[in-house]
Amino acid sequence: MLGLAADRLRADTNRLLAFLFHQGILDEQFLQLQQLEDETSPNFVSEVVNIYFHESEKLLRNLRSLLMDKEFSDYNKMGIHLNQFMGSSSSIGAKRIRNVCVAFRAASEQNNRAGCLRALELLEHEYCFLKNKLHELFQIQQQRALAAAVRYPMQN
Amino acid sequence: MAAQGRHGGQESNKMTALVVDDNTVNRMIHHRLLDNLGIENVAVVNGKEAVDIHCSGKTFDLILMDMDMPVMNGIEATRQLREMGIRSMIAGVSTRSMEREIREFIEAGLDDYQEKPLTMSKLISIVHKING
Repeated sequence: MLGLAADRLRADTNRLLAFLFHQGILDEQFLQLQQLEDETSPNFVSEVVNIYFHESEKLLRNLRSLLMDKEFSDYNKMGIHLNQFMGSSSSIGAKRIRNVCVAFRAASEQNNRAGCLRALELLEHEYCFLKNKLHELFQIQQQRALAAAVRYPMQN
Repeated sequence: MAAQGRHGGQESNKMTALVVDDNTVNRMIHHRLLDNLGIENVAVVNGKEAVDIHCSGKTFDLILMDMDMPVMNGIEATRQLREMGIRSMIAGVSTRSMEREIREFIEAGLDDYQEKPLTMSKLISIVHKING
């Protein structure tokens, strides 16, 4: 019974990852992150990604606050936030988010406020989607770890 | 976790590195990549801190230098480190991909440039240049 549950959870993980790669939401950089996990740092991916979420939400709020300001003209400041977001998104393998950041940066460099707003809306949408999917992935991985602990309790 | 440079502090056979990046996610990943290669490393958050740590007497075999940072960017930090006589391998890492943007960074004194994200194979190619 426990074996079947573990198999199902493993299949769920693989299916979700396949979906995320196939849709271009994640790229091979996410696999690079997974390879950095080992017994000395077993939660490395979730730790990095949670910091990414925390930082990204601040950056998205900053970008929205800048663009919603009627007096907005500081494209340079917007570029700084964008570079940050782009850098960390590509470092965790968030491919679609990175691509939207590229388009956003192009609009910013042309001082195209309408283009920037459109890009920001798309960015917020993509970010929410990624966050939900990665939370789902981490939940399944937690369930797998619990299932493994129940099947193979540590012997003192 | 503090790196022990070859030319300051305790003698060590381990390679040492300095990560210069204002982004927390990138610092974590670069730190882990370097750890996995057995390279002792410390991280600072901007170019000025990179210059200051060298002024304190520490040196490193490798410096991973981000380009866009507040206070002092990677271009200016690289320039100042070279003017100070720092001969360490400085590898620029950035999301920038346009030639004109990268050229100024390289001309400031880089030994290598890698587009982010930094991967294990990119890092190994940088390390080989130090040993080669």
